[in-house]
Amino acid sequence: MSARPDLSRRRATGRGERLIEVFLAGCAGVTGLATLGVLVVLLGHSVAFFAEVPLGAFLFGTRWEPMFEDPRFGVLPLVSGSLLVAGGAALVALPTGVLSAIFLSEYAGPRARGVLKPLLEVLAGIPTVVYGYFALTFVTPLLRTLVPGTGVFNAASASLVVGVMIIPTVASLSEDAMRAVPDSLRAASLGLGATRMETAVRVVVPSAVSGIVASFVLGVSRALGETMAVTIAAGSLPNLTLDPFSSVQTMTAYIVQVSLGEAAQGTVVYRSLFAVGTTLFLMTLAMNLLSQWVVARFRPEIR
Amino acid sequence: MSEHRRRRRRALGGAFAAVCAASTLLGLLALGLLIGDVLLDGASQLDTDFLTRYASRVPEQAGVRAALAGSAWVVGLTALVSFPISVGAAVWLEEYAPDRWTTRALRTNVANLAGVPSIVYGILGLAVFVRALGLGHSVLSGALTLALLVMPILVLTTQEAIRAVPSTLREAAYALGATRWQVVSRQVLPAAAPGILTGTILALSRAVGETAPLILVGAVGFVAFSPSGPLDSFTVLPVQIFGWITRPQPEFRALAAAGIIVLLTLLLLANSAAILLRDRHSARNAR
Repeated sequence: MSARPDLSRRRATGRGERLIEVFLAGCAGVTGLATLGVLVVLLGHSVAFFAEVPLGAFLFGTRWEPMFEDPRFGVLPLVSGSLLVAGGAALVALPTGVLSAIFLSEYAGPRARGVLKPLLEVLAGIPTVVYGYFALTFVTPLLRTLVPGTGVFNAASASLVVGVMIIPTVASLSEDAMRAVPDSLRAASLGLGATRMETAVRVVVPSAVSGIVASFVLGVSRALGETMAVTIAAGSLPNLTLDPFSSVQTMTAYIVQVSLGEAAQGTVVYRSLFAVGTTLFLMTLAMNLLSQWVVARFRPEIR
Repeated sequence: MSEHRRRRRRALGGAFAAVCAASTLLGLLALGLLIGDVLLDGASQLDTDFLTRYASRVPEQAGVRAALAGSAWVVGLTALVSFPISVGAAVWLEEYAPDRWTTRALRTNVANLAGVPSIVYGILGLAVFVRALGLGHSVLSGALTLALLVMPILVLTTQEAIRAVPSTLREAAYALGATRWQVVSRQVLPAAAPGILTGTILALSRAVGETAPLILVGAVGFVAFSPSGPLDSFTVLPVQIFGWITRPQPEFRALAAAGIIVLLTLLLLANSAAILLRDRHSARNAR
């Protein structure tokens, strides 16, 4: 197809143009449909689930025993498992991520940053099943020698690798926020005799705080939705506990466990997938909206 | 200010700098340990036979051929479905969309979709593609699920690439009498192409590494044949690795490590290509 006939035809038909526009708008519509699909599927099946299991028993029940003869569907053990792993991951990733961001933004020269930042971001590109392998074959044996009584499957090991996994999310977004702080502020602070550390901690970090908080929220939301590393390392024992060295089951790990077992369509167990999925979806959505709100609301007013 | 206090402040500053540097190195140390662990466990299993053999219950005879073929099928179809739709959506959002609440809602929506955990897409795929549309545990179900997963990421990166095209280019084309589509297809898209391609490679390499959503739509750990069509059952490399990890025998652990080496090598190649593309482009722009 040469360009010339196209050009001559163009003036004759505005219809082609119009068709293209409709097609492109349709493409954008598909992304809207995807959201609609997620909502309809999750809510539709959840409604069927809650027809059999009362909402109160689901939200406040402390026992998750779907395979028992007298099944219990109290989601708290799964939620606490997810929060325990994500909380531990946050303990690892938040300080490490922010300190890395300070180093990259305030101390490292352009050449060092050019090497270190992409290397750090490799951590985010490694598939989560690989982190699962690393947790099971390296981190867990190490923990078991350091802390006697640690189970083969334990929340701590999952927390550590998920923490490492979300370091780049925290570091990268925090660094972007810090680099957006104008140099005039740094110059003023240094000019008044502050050391580099005082400038970083008292001037740069407070000015970038909205971006840093947003990176925290986003990182934790990633940790909540993390599946494979957690399934492999933390095990599949729904356990309402705060002990990081015992086995727990997260919401995501439960979903994998059920789908590996091929639950028959129409059973309560199959429908419980959607109830747990909805819970997870709402929690991560709330965190993502929160991080967007923080960025918009607390944008520092520096010109 | 006393000499003593100044010295203390300087020492504190030095210590802080060291802590920051150590934190950065901590992440890299973890990366090094992870890669070292995998190489140590898996290198002995890795030979050309490993790439060409099918899965087997005997660890010495197992390979990743079916998983590699499955991954190629799934990612190929994912690209085929997600690329045109994502680019189309991004072009519409950036070049056509009127500034209405529907447009703003779609924009926020894309950003939120990118933050949905991948396993939720797996649930969606299971309910819609596998069950409702009756596609079964097929390559197509897996590819469509992953397409939904990568689309928001692709739309966002394409939007960014399109936004980076200077508006003078558009204005010049319009001034010469070009129609909107001519401006888009002959000026904007060619100028944004390297950015779009880089983003596509990165989004697809994420699809290559996805495990959880594919387990939900029924990729299984033990498949002894390569798919020959979109409706065949399948496995992919990460699911195969997961299958091996969950076996208790140590021989299968070594296989998992070897599989991981193959997977990471593929991802490394894809990412290097993406970086090369981006650097060549920015070098050309600088000129």
